[in-house]
Amino acid sequence: MNWLNTLFILVTAFLAVFWEAAFNGVRHLIGTQIDLLPPLMVYASLCTGITTVAMLAILGGLWFDCLSANPLGVSVLPLFFIGLVIHIKRDLILRNEAFAQLVLGLAASAAAPVMTLLLVLTTHHTPLIGWGTLWQISLMSVGGAIATPLSFALFGWLNRTLVHHRATETSFRADREIRRGR
Amino acid sequence: MLRRPHYIALGLVVLLTLIILNLPSRTAARFKLGIGSVFLPLFGLASSAHQLAVAAGDTVMPRSELLKQLENVRQENQQLRIQAMQTEGAFRENTRLRQLLGWQRQTPWKLKLAKVVLREPSNWWRTVQIDLGSRDGLQVNQPVLTAEGLVGRVSSVGLTRSQVLLLGDPDCRVSAQVENEAHDSGIIGASGPLNSEFVQMGYLSGNASLKPGQSVRTSGNGGIYPPNIPIGTVVDSQTVEYGLATAARVKLAANLNALEEVWVMFR
Repeated sequence: MNWLNTLFILVTAFLAVFWEAAFNGVRHLIGTQIDLLPPLMVYASLCTGITTVAMLAILGGLWFDCLSANPLGVSVLPLFFIGLVIHIKRDLILRNEAFAQLVLGLAASAAAPVMTLLLVLTTHHTPLIGWGTLWQISLMSVGGAIATPLSFALFGWLNRTLVHHRATETSFRADREIRRGR
Repeated sequence: MLRRPHYIALGLVVLLTLIILNLPSRTAARFKLGIGSVFLPLFGLASSAHQLAVAAGDTVMPRSELLKQLENVRQENQQLRIQAMQTEGAFRENTRLRQLLGWQRQTPWKLKLAKVVLREPSNWWRTVQIDLGSRDGLQVNQPVLTAEGLVGRVSSVGLTRSQVLLLGDPDCRVSAQVENEAHDSGIIGASGPLNSEFVQMGYLSGNASLKPGQSVRTSGNGGIYPPNIPIGTVVDSQTVEYGLATAARVKLAANLNALEEVWVMFR
């Protein structure tokens, strides 16, 4: 496992949660705050191991809940569930295709708030929901869909720039080269 | 297909979530504050960035504009001083009359200014976090307001910051009174998920005579909010529960979307 990549993902999740709570530009613009943890989870589940997926779900979910009025731990399970499903099916997904990333981001960003809300309702809390929530979830899905290819581009760049890649030995051997003759 | 590491991870995450969700509320609140303290260095960074942006804005502001604003503020200050003198006289008179009648003495509000440092990251609660905590003497259920009107109440207190439940959150209910002849009373409840400017006022009597523009203030019932704090104005009303009750839509006096500084009321 590439621990530097895991570290990048966790640091990004930490900053993303803080950004969601501290900066309200998007909220003022569209009336809804975009959640950046599902797009990160899509990236983590497609490009890293199950340990990173679990760590992102636990730490990201706990960080999010501690800045929110959510019951502590309620965001962990939805995030992990999304990550697990994508991780299991990742061999069937064209992870480098921007369209696939977009669709996965859309689905994950829609599923995460729905599952979290269902969990909140089972814990005897009364969140602020109504018909407007559907509109909010739609906007969150679109925002998450746009953020997913961007997160792939960001981590791709970080990996290329900061992670040491071991040089792979070429299979070419001069003594085994087939010389073409007439 | 699920493999062994998947099962182990799933089991661990489910177990951990169940343990955390079933923690006693006080322990969970302590955990929340403990985990939230990892964000402390970022608060400083965010406020520095904000100050930098303000300073950059100040440098490009022309001097003539600043002088004009200063003159306006001076005039406003003088007006407020005269009003304060008048209010002080009325307050003294009120105290003397209350003493004569043997009524309970009214104490002036003690307020402390707090900066809003964080807003609710999820869309289904209405809360903000302020930079005052238990070391500043804050306690749960203290009313929070702005110069325009009531904002909410303190819901949880950490050492250096606290969470404020805003009006419109389902857990923030306020006993309110409409300023009309009948002094109709009701409860300010939740707002819609999209519009935080308006809240619902329910539990009004079926024959309540509400008109748009009538002022709504705290009634003082319930023990949390003192009376006469402005909440907002009635926008419209309709009878509900087969005419047995009335529900009104109230436009909040304070702009909850643009909160930067709030006042916490101490008893």
